[in-house]
Amino acid sequence: MIKYTEDHEWISIEGQSATVGITQHAQDALGDVVFVDLPEVGSTLAHKATAGVVESVKAAADIYMPVSGKILEVNEALRADPSLANSDPMGAGWFFKVELSQPAEIDGLLDEADYARLSS
Amino acid sequence: MMRHGPCLALELSLPAAPINPVALERTALHALHLELGARMVPFAGYEMPVQYPAGLMAEHHHTRRAAGLFDVSHMGQLHLMGADASLALETVMPMDVLGLGLHKQRYGLLLNEEGGIVDDLMFVNRGEDLFLIVNGACKQADLAYLLERIGQRCTVLPQFDRALLALQGPQAVTALTRLLPGIEQLVFMTGTPSVWQGEPLYVTRSGYTGEDGFEVSLPAAIAEDFARALLAQPEVQPIGLGARNSLRLEAGLCLYGNDLDPTTTPVEAGLNWALQKVRRSGGARAGGFAGAHKVLGQLQGTTPLRRQRVGLLALERVPVREHTGLEDLSGQPLGAVTSGLLAPTVDRPIAMGYVPPPFAAVGTRMNARVRGKAIPMEVVPLPFVPPRYMRG
Repeated sequence: MIKYTEDHEWISIEGQSATVGITQHAQDALGDVVFVDLPEVGSTLAHKATAGVVESVKAAADIYMPVSGKILEVNEALRADPSLANSDPMGAGWFFKVELSQPAEIDGLLDEADYARLSS
Repeated sequence: MMRHGPCLALELSLPAAPINPVALERTALHALHLELGARMVPFAGYEMPVQYPAGLMAEHHHTRRAAGLFDVSHMGQLHLMGADASLALETVMPMDVLGLGLHKQRYGLLLNEEGGIVDDLMFVNRGEDLFLIVNGACKQADLAYLLERIGQRCTVLPQFDRALLALQGPQAVTALTRLLPGIEQLVFMTGTPSVWQGEPLYVTRSGYTGEDGFEVSLPAAIAEDFARALLAQPEVQPIGLGARNSLRLEAGLCLYGNDLDPTTTPVEAGLNWALQKVRRSGGARAGGFAGAHKVLGQLQGTTPLRRQRVGLLALERVPVREHTGLEDLSGQPLGAVTSGLLAPTVDRPIAMGYVPPPFAAVGTRMNARVRGKAIPMEVVPLPFVPPRYMRG
């Protein structure tokens, strides 16, 4: 199940864990991504806390936690090659995986149709 | 998702902020920018292209490899006329205006009474007038300043409806010579009148990228046709303001509003090279310009410098942007970054900023505080990439 946030992030939920990245619209608006700052594995972050940063040459944007939870894994390949966020934002350009501590928060996220309206 | 201040005041918000068409002006190339797929942003009161579909990185590299076309029509063009115009202009700039040869171009700085920089500009002696190109965001204030200070001594004629195009890069000369045969004979920082399809142009060999290139002042009515003729050349691609910023920063060139402002003097900004000897202490026309006491005192060392501009290289691959605080290795604040980005050609994070003179020597280490983390920086010589001007 894939959900979206108003902050132009996607979250793919698989049971008690989820993968988070930025949307196609976000990468397009940012332009060439040259740097990502990813959260520390093992850290516990609340919903809407700052989890990282994504920067292009011209702009920087915070990555917020779409849900509360513990960081299970970060995408080291993205750290090494930030352009993955442009070339494959919904796939190889994922940012981090999180263990959900408040699964009910999912209900507050946007579905694809809601997000498409927001970003159109 | 957006929070941090974008560089060059290139606002990028998500979803894309609708541009209020009433409040913003458009250049003569507006329709062409849209046709080319540009992303338009508000800049200096105009709707301007920040990038085209190729993207900032590709546009930056294309300019360094071939030739890039920039619409810089938002910049202000002014003509100063009258027998006293050169000496009048010398009362507001610490430059040698009187001694500038025919069709020679020079970099200038308008100063306030405290020696602070009101604007930076380029000026050409065209014989019949002095031709000034000032920053778009400053042009109305510059006009008012010039009218107030020297409007009694010469005619100050704004030409804000003229278009200005820049063609930059190692192949700019090849492309422009096809349209304007003979233009290849210009050398860096000189200009010439020219004609294209019966319309008068004024062309200078200068720019804002560190590359060889030209700037063409032309009537707005022919700007689109001329731009299309340039874009039809195989070397030429359109380049947005995003790459213009990364190119100029690599070239170590200041951006007014970031690296220069009314609280910063030419000496603090490291622009001593722009102050000709004839205007310095002991020169034939020493002083006599706004802020002369302070600027000449700083040049002579009798007025101590509090801070000066330096080039900085981040030693980790973390972009260090404008307004980022700089501190010494014990954590004491030194100053701030005024421009910074991950430089496409250098392929490292570069910056310019202001620090006290004891920390300005090449090789000095300091830290930038980025999101709470100390990022090590080293003072390096400017420019970051060697210039490739055509000096003849």
